[in-house]
Amino acid sequence: MGETTSHVARLLRRLTDFREFMLLVIIIGACVGLALRSPVFLTVDNLLAVLLSVSIESIVAIGMTILLVSGGFDLSVGSAVALSGAAAAMALTAGWPVPLAVGTGLGVGALGGFCNGIVIAWLRINPFITTLAMMQILRGLLLAITKGKNISGLPDSFNMIGQGALWGIQYPIIIALVLILIGDVFLRYSRFFRQNYYIGGNERAAILSGIRVNRMKIFNYTLTGLLAGLAGVIMTARLGSATVTAGAYLELRVISAVIIGGASLAGGEGTVLGAFLGSLLMALIVNALTLLGIDIYWNTLVIGSTLLIAVLIDTLGKARQGQL
Amino acid sequence: MGETLLSVRGVTRRFPGVRALDHVDLEVRTGEVHALVGENGAGKSTLMNILGGVLSPDEGRIELAGRPVRFHDAHEAGQAGVAVVFQELSLVPNLSIAENIFANRQPTLAGGFVHRARLEADAQRLLELFQLALPPGRLVKHLSPAHAQLVEILKAISQRPRLLILDEPTSSLSGVETQLLFDNIRRMKLEGVSIIYISHHLPEVFAVADRVTVLRDGRRVATREVSEVDEETLVRLMVGRELSNVYGRREGEIGEELLRVEGATREPAFRDVTFSLRRGEIVGLAGLVGAGRTELGRAIFALERWQKGELYLEGRRLSLRDAHQAIAHHVGYLTEDRKAQGLFPRMSVRDNVIAPSLSRFARRLGWMSDRAATRFAEECRGMLSIATPSVLRRVAHLSGGNQQKVLFSAWTGIAPRVLIVDEPTRGVDVGARSDLYAYLRRLAGSGVGILLISSDLLEILGLSDRILVMREGRLVAEFGREEAGEEAIIAAATGVTAAAS
Repeated sequence: MGETTSHVARLLRRLTDFREFMLLVIIIGACVGLALRSPVFLTVDNLLAVLLSVSIESIVAIGMTILLVSGGFDLSVGSAVALSGAAAAMALTAGWPVPLAVGTGLGVGALGGFCNGIVIAWLRINPFITTLAMMQILRGLLLAITKGKNISGLPDSFNMIGQGALWGIQYPIIIALVLILIGDVFLRYSRFFRQNYYIGGNERAAILSGIRVNRMKIFNYTLTGLLAGLAGVIMTARLGSATVTAGAYLELRVISAVIIGGASLAGGEGTVLGAFLGSLLMALIVNALTLLGIDIYWNTLVIGSTLLIAVLIDTLGKARQGQL
Repeated sequence: MGETLLSVRGVTRRFPGVRALDHVDLEVRTGEVHALVGENGAGKSTLMNILGGVLSPDEGRIELAGRPVRFHDAHEAGQAGVAVVFQELSLVPNLSIAENIFANRQPTLAGGFVHRARLEADAQRLLELFQLALPPGRLVKHLSPAHAQLVEILKAISQRPRLLILDEPTSSLSGVETQLLFDNIRRMKLEGVSIIYISHHLPEVFAVADRVTVLRDGRRVATREVSEVDEETLVRLMVGRELSNVYGRREGEIGEELLRVEGATREPAFRDVTFSLRRGEIVGLAGLVGAGRTELGRAIFALERWQKGELYLEGRRLSLRDAHQAIAHHVGYLTEDRKAQGLFPRMSVRDNVIAPSLSRFARRLGWMSDRAATRFAEECRGMLSIATPSVLRRVAHLSGGNQQKVLFSAWTGIAPRVLIVDEPTRGVDVGARSDLYAYLRRLAGSGVGILLISSDLLEILGLSDRILVMREGRLVAEFGREEAGEEAIIAAATGVTAAAS
């Protein structure tokens, strides 16, 4: 009897070591609770709405997870989303075909990320400062080019990307889920992406182990920029217009989600799946507040508290295991 | 020698799952240098932490000058006259030498402002004890590891303790600096200071200590007068078994030339260095700290650029651009700085040992094979007898000796042809050390050329087929296995006694 309980306890402890598992438990618990409280919650429409609300952030979160794992991060993604969306919209209004306009949006995002990578890897400027500057540079560029005006009147063939659906599931959800799956598998199992855990674990030791740290950093920031570009294109298509305030505070929500998902600012930890579940948890909380009729002005406060609580639980858990 | 200053009776301390100290007794007299030896995990650090007020004992009593004491933190221990020099440096990199030495005890002017002139003058006096020509205002982050370690020791000395505890104080020091430390220890001893000296280096124990206490598995095994024991006896007491010649013998023959360095120059670290390394050969590179040995090793591994010079591997000229290329040519470099540059502390043993050879464990399209990685890690665990319950355990939880074995294992993975090992046994206990030596022998026996950079002369003499000596960036001497002696190497490394003899 004592034997069995200790087995169960050990199994439970091993499972709770997996952040994804903990998050999944919390999310399912929240879903059950919500389903009991609100008849609307378990409808397909509501669940799709929750997924749709996290799809754009989740695409950016893939890149952000890779960055946090390798010990970096990027504050400029929100601005990159806005600028690339606007770039695609301007290309369209100039009469460019849809694929070329999409390519322009992706290219602008990737270019911004590439610049971040070069400055951080080669000039050795701290990622916080570099991307803080880039956040303002990209947003400033957007304001200067558009003179603060929104760009709308985009062709339907473009808006389809954000508004179309397959079997009732909107394209942004499908794109996000596919990319999350790919990102998670790659970061977990591919040799190339696994190098990031080493870089985040101990950058100097990674260099001595023959990992080309600078190249990886530049690649990571470029990839994150590219994903932000994609997110910008999808967001513009979904709204049918590019706005200068698009993606505001997106970087903070994404970083929060990645950290709730198990990554650490110290690097070396984190998974794409965890980051997605982190986004989902935050979206569910917002959804719960709405369904329970609580004023939406409380949202930000609740999300901030969630982040703090998640990190606290993590820290206490590590202290208990003597890892700090 | 005076009466008892410190008396430890039946001190026990448990940690979850282990009894780190089991009814340990220790008695230190006034003006005595008392060595504390034992393998990693024997309980030395726990005992030191208890005496320094960092940990408190579960059982037992401690008396200082006849009065029972119980320290709740390091500050209380300091007040009572106990100063501890920990192995991990406690210096603040962005503050000056003087500010570090007198941390929290700076002389002040009216209004609480730091009296900078007096602070620096006081620090200057202390620096002169070790003949250190360093300005007291220099920031600690600009110091070499050896100088940082000396500053750490000065910080403890400056508190004018009654009992000074030194934990592996010479791990970053060269021979000359070690001698200066010993001179200071002898001077303090005359002033009536008692010293507990913890070291893995038994020759140091014989050089400086009056008595020695051996700990093993948390128990006191013996306390002896140093004059009444020899090294073999001590090792046997520490390990609990016979250790025949730890350095072993050469396996296999020395083959043709493998690596040649010609005219390597990187000012100001080293200049015009030419030497070669043959298949199956262990070449020792001796010299003082700062002689340019580490820089040379790092340059061969392409971590630092060469201003001039050529590198040949198996007769082919190479110009390596980074560590990645060096590894691709099966050249490995085991860093002297295990913690900061060698290991990934929060990652598992398995993930650490595969780090330099990730592509070896990737299958088609670059997918990692956990099974192959685990198999390799298990092989390493067996080969080097790494003591860990699982290869999935984080290396941060392993002892220093086992961490070093993990680092060695990592370099096995690249199937090295040339392996540069920089201070391969720093902070490693006797048992683990003999495992590492045996392993180096086996590597050499299989045809690997090994460049052994070490400040431990006995290690150099015990392992090397040939010995090179560097001084101030130049190769100044080369000795064959038979002709080398401790004095000759020291003379060449310092360039002092060579002229006199």
